[in-house]
Amino acid sequence: MKTFVIGAVAALAVTASDVAPAFAQKSGGVLRVYHRDNAPSGSILEEATNSVIEPFMGVYNNLVVFDQTKPVNSNETIVPDLATSWSWDATNTKLTFKLREGVKWHDGKPFSSADVKCTFELLLGTARDKLRKNPRKVWFENVSGVTSNGPNEVTVELKAPQPGLLQLLAAGYTPMYPCHVNAQQMRTEPVGTGPFKFAEWKRNESMRFVKNADYFKKGKPYLDGIEWRIIPNRSTRILAFAAGEFDYTFSADITVPLVKDVKAKAPDAVCEIRPTNVSTNLIVNRDKPPFDNPKVRQAMDMALDRDAFITILSEGRNNKGGALLPAPEGQWGLTIEELSQLPGYGTGEAVRKAQGEAKKIMESLGYSAEKPLQVKVSTRDIAIYRDPAVILIDQLKAIHIAGELEVVDTSIWHAKVARKDYAVGLNLTGIGVDDPDAGLIENYTCASERNYTKYCNPEVDKAIFAQSRELDVAKRKAMVKDIQKRLIADVARPIIFYGRNYSCWQPHVKGIVLHQNSIYNGARYEDIWLDR
Amino acid sequence: MATYIIRRFFLMILTLIGMSILIFVMLRLVPGNISDILFDAAGMVNEADKARLEAELGLDKPIIVQYWTWISGLMTGDLGYAYVSEKPALDEILPRIPVTAKLALLALIFSVLIGVPLGVISAVKQDSILDYSLRVFSLSGLSLPSFWLALLILMAFVHYFGWIPIYTDKPASIWHEIGLLSIPALAVGFRASALIMRLTRSSMLEVLRQDYIRTARAKGASTASVNYNHALRNAVLPVITIIGIEAAFLIGGLIVTETVFNIPGVARFLVEAIRWRDYPIVQNLVMFIAVVTVVVNFLVDMAYVLLDPRIKYDD
Repeated sequence: MKTFVIGAVAALAVTASDVAPAFAQKSGGVLRVYHRDNAPSGSILEEATNSVIEPFMGVYNNLVVFDQTKPVNSNETIVPDLATSWSWDATNTKLTFKLREGVKWHDGKPFSSADVKCTFELLLGTARDKLRKNPRKVWFENVSGVTSNGPNEVTVELKAPQPGLLQLLAAGYTPMYPCHVNAQQMRTEPVGTGPFKFAEWKRNESMRFVKNADYFKKGKPYLDGIEWRIIPNRSTRILAFAAGEFDYTFSADITVPLVKDVKAKAPDAVCEIRPTNVSTNLIVNRDKPPFDNPKVRQAMDMALDRDAFITILSEGRNNKGGALLPAPEGQWGLTIEELSQLPGYGTGEAVRKAQGEAKKIMESLGYSAEKPLQVKVSTRDIAIYRDPAVILIDQLKAIHIAGELEVVDTSIWHAKVARKDYAVGLNLTGIGVDDPDAGLIENYTCASERNYTKYCNPEVDKAIFAQSRELDVAKRKAMVKDIQKRLIADVARPIIFYGRNYSCWQPHVKGIVLHQNSIYNGARYEDIWLDR
Repeated sequence: MATYIIRRFFLMILTLIGMSILIFVMLRLVPGNISDILFDAAGMVNEADKARLEAELGLDKPIIVQYWTWISGLMTGDLGYAYVSEKPALDEILPRIPVTAKLALLALIFSVLIGVPLGVISAVKQDSILDYSLRVFSLSGLSLPSFWLALLILMAFVHYFGWIPIYTDKPASIWHEIGLLSIPALAVGFRASALIMRLTRSSMLEVLRQDYIRTARAKGASTASVNYNHALRNAVLPVITIIGIEAAFLIGGLIVTETVFNIPGVARFLVEAIRWRDYPIVQNLVMFIAVVTVVVNFLVDMAYVLLDPRIKYDD
């Protein structure tokens, strides 16, 4: 009921904002943005990278969406999109959406509840037309079916209550797809209802989107179009931005050390830092001796000097955290105070003390400076993986673990980890929505395809699904914190740090709001305008 | 001569068949295929979906069947479909060839225009300050890494002119395009010109010591006539070979230049296709580069006959 009230208030607020005159914003102009690489496809449902979200989120709409003008994603910032309102039934297992009338797909066909049903069938894998990949199938395991109640109303039926479902539906990763367009076309020439129509895609070169003049949010978007130029070389794209060839960098593309360079070359540029909700973590194959011994895994966790990682890699800007993004930006993560009470999260003397204890554990297992534990530390062949892996190897040396860096071709990294063909590794994990149903279910439950370390603890599974059903927010928060502490104690996937990066734009670009607890939900671009 | 040309033609065909097998096999020896990469991009692996995708793309068929499908398609002009863009491979490859060809041609023109005259001057003024300076110039051309030089050029342009000479928009005219391509072509041409210059110099030095040069001088021929008509014509043969090799290299070897200057050409596209294990694109592009190399080598051999009447390819 509480959620329904919030939904209704949000609906009113957005309806009001829809009709309010956009007195300050200027319409017109094409936003020029650089892209760091080639997006694998334009089909957001099939992908798990912001290389796709950033250019393509503006093509689509969701049923509900995180308010693009609010920096923090939470239940309170969910606003209507293709749905005008939503309500839960008394059992909290039926979520009914009233759909906006008169909305058209970019090809002119009308949007209806049938399209919502089709989208859910694609996500659940029950549609005749299959997605090539369905990375977030696990998000919707609790959905038992979708019913159309006429063309303008749809009900999502759940096996059990799941208050976090709305957040999953509000994510940039959950756009609505048209029934009449097949999955192959959605990958190459996507059709949506969003503020920008797909116009052209030259692989390795550019992507072009034009304003949807029939967009149902009157007056939006302000831009006539968006042009993305693909520039894989980082030095070139930063120089091009400094030379004024681009209005906006790719989201979170500028690292902490690089921002000084950008500001030196383009002093007028506006650069803002934000957490990426991407964690750098240690993965240990718990089936492979001697790492099947919990003491070894514990010692490795205790050997981590997280502050050293953060200082070296980001001049102190990155954050320590548990399984979920820490506060203040993170809504569910452990606070610094809570973390500091846990093994491996201390600072200064506490770290050295923990390292001393870790060393003793390893010595009790027969390892020494003369007879260290030889191990390959595997990581992906990308700088953001390799750099922390080198620091990790250095830190493990202090507890008699002699690591040798094994750089794995990026194409086979996940496959290698999934088949447990590694002993120790360093990995990065991005979370689409700052909600435990995304972060915990996706990465730590036994059956999840995206739990590629295959950490599996039935008790933790039970706790994760229990929090998912909990309606009381305070109770759910407490449950989630307990789970995170349990994951740390289990050395499930020790989180070393959460990254922070900059995005920069020219001063004439207005209306950019960087979302603080996800890089995947704020790329609709419908509120951005050019003050020229 | 006719027999020689026919023999060379069949040798070219054999070479290309060998190349096609080599390309095909080597590509499949590289770990991972498109389905691995697509799933990796999604941060997950679903073995059943992966197998379905491999079957959809024909990757589950025996390697000989896959090879035959490719080669028989190639014979009929059907290059298959790109795995990533899901568009005909020909449509993806064709627009990129003119871009690289223009860049390669410009780079080659620059390298010849700079390399040959400076090589001749360096040889004629052997051991002078000018010769030493030109040798330092050529050595720097050979030793400066092209990515470093390219980045330096970009940084200089941004710093001094507030402009960056990269492909960010479609060129408005042919002159605009030539303007955009000239700077990267100069960066590439600098290295090639250094090579040509050194070869021209050493070749010229050898020729200038020949008896017929002395005879020409004794007959009262002008220095320019001796150097350019008598000496250079004979010294140019090894230079032509190098120009041929460079021309073939420039079609597929401009990876760094195309990447740094953001030129949407063949080489950058090839690297990206290799990264995605986009077999139809890689196979056909490498085959195209192989054809260019073989044809250019053949043309160079033919050029010898035109340039040196002593050379005859007897039947």
